[in-house]
Amino acid sequence: MNEVIEGIIQAIQLIVSLDQEVLEITAKSLLISLTATLIGSLIAIPIGGFIHFKEFGGKRGLVTIIQTLYALPTVLAGLLVYLLLSRSGPFGFLGLMFTPTGMVIGQIVLIIPLMIGMTLIALSGVSQTKQDTVISLGATETQTVVTIVKEARFAILGGVILGFGRAISEVGAAMMIGGNIRGYTRVLTTAIALETSMGNLSLSIALGIILLAIAMVVTGILFLVQER
Amino acid sequence: MIEFEHVVKNFGEKEVLKDTSFSIQNGEIFTFIGPSGSGKTTILRLIDMLERPTSGAISIDGINVSTLKDRDRITIRRKMSMVFQKPSPLRGSVFDNVAIGLVFRNIGRDEIQARVPEALELVGLKGYEERKAGTLSGGEMQRVAIARAISTKPDILLLDEPTANLDPASTEKIENLISALKKRFEITVVLSTHDMVQGQRLADRIAVIIDGRIGQIGTSKEIFYHPMNRAVANMVGIENIFEGVVAKNEGGLASIEVNGISIVATTPLPAGTPVVLYMRPEDITFHVKDGVKSSARNEFTGTITKVLPMGPNARLKVNAGIKLTAVITQRSYEELDLALGKDIGLAFKASAIHVVEKTA
Repeated sequence: MNEVIEGIIQAIQLIVSLDQEVLEITAKSLLISLTATLIGSLIAIPIGGFIHFKEFGGKRGLVTIIQTLYALPTVLAGLLVYLLLSRSGPFGFLGLMFTPTGMVIGQIVLIIPLMIGMTLIALSGVSQTKQDTVISLGATETQTVVTIVKEARFAILGGVILGFGRAISEVGAAMMIGGNIRGYTRVLTTAIALETSMGNLSLSIALGIILLAIAMVVTGILFLVQER
Repeated sequence: MIEFEHVVKNFGEKEVLKDTSFSIQNGEIFTFIGPSGSGKTTILRLIDMLERPTSGAISIDGINVSTLKDRDRITIRRKMSMVFQKPSPLRGSVFDNVAIGLVFRNIGRDEIQARVPEALELVGLKGYEERKAGTLSGGEMQRVAIARAISTKPDILLLDEPTANLDPASTEKIENLISALKKRFEITVVLSTHDMVQGQRLADRIAVIIDGRIGQIGTSKEIFYHPMNRAVANMVGIENIFEGVVAKNEGGLASIEVNGISIVATTPLPAGTPVVLYMRPEDITFHVKDGVKSSARNEFTGTITKVLPMGPNARLKVNAGIKLTAVITQRSYEELDLALGKDIGLAFKASAIHVVEKTA
């Protein structure tokens, strides 16, 4: 128990003194996960919009698959991207294994189903009457889609923030694709896993507190968004 | 002009609109009256091309819109505006809401700045531009929805039960507005309502729609006093419906046998014709049995079998050999010292009875 309390004290010291390594790992985590969230959103929101507004065969099945993939295990996402990016894989020539870019791709694969699903939920939350109102006011198809997406923007943003939360907190894909290389691909989650296994609890706890703080900020933003 | 020719609309297995034909002239207020679920909203949605008919043809200003491609439908739809029963505020200010139809049409900013306050003033919401649309009351939002619909200066305004969820004061404002809009802009207004009296107040012509079928189209006088069939009569509140046979007819004044009782009514139908008689409860007058003759050709004595108070009026069921329903003011009810089981004299004019030949 003493070890834990000492760990917490040391962690606070590390944070307050703006320890270089802690700062570097935190910045890397934020950069990778924010990039993955941004690119993921640009892919997921239009796909969600397409699925919502268009009628096509197999739509229900597709939505079920997307919903199943909300719970895609992070190591499976890691494995999939590993197979694609590894030297013998189809995209091996790009040399993205064990790079931050590879980690971004892994996180995108992980969070896209969740963000598509959240976009679908957000758009179906806009009433049919509202959609009919927009159409009856003379909107073209594109104007209708843009207006309805705008109407659902806070709910869609909620989905984006959830995606970011999943990205920054996952460890499986980050470890498998990034390789946890110090100063290069080491992020909060992989660092916590490594430092804990090495018995370096104070650093683990410090990083854990930071991760938790980021999660709290994310949840806080989500709450504020939903309040609006 | 809006024309429906044998239009049918199915949702899945359910036939919501059955072989419907009518035409609405430019510049008239045309009202669909019918109970909930009768198909009124479907007709409005078909006119606005939010639905496609299952069969039949719909044309607007001579163009068959049922088969048009989406792109061409928008051009026609932009001549119309629809206000829905439940108004949907879009996010943003009242200004943003009223402007949106203009934005869709790529109207210039200066013109939008001019037209939005103009539309808001028309609906009595001058100065509401900066308010958040989501914070308005139901009546205010319905007026914003109307402002939003008229800001685009449509030729046809479609209003789906525009006052269904409103209090009487807001309802009156909206009804006045609809009349004023028609007078000022000579636009065609197509309105659906389940409120008979609203139909009567506003409409040039009324279509009674029952169970997906149009029962009758006519002026409010035609609909309320000369219903074509029993379903329409029931819908418009005619409770006295009797079947009989014309016994004799002298110059249009006929004696009609109903349940062994002779009723005098005006009709050109000859003796021997089986008929249905319709009479509004309001057309029956009461008097105490004092031997004084009234000017009405039909006078009976009956027993009050039921009294139903309805605000300032009372609805009476009277057995006079035939069962009659009548309306009397509470004041008269008390002055005549009426009560359940009491005998009373009642009278109605020959012209108060609408006679229709009975069809098989």
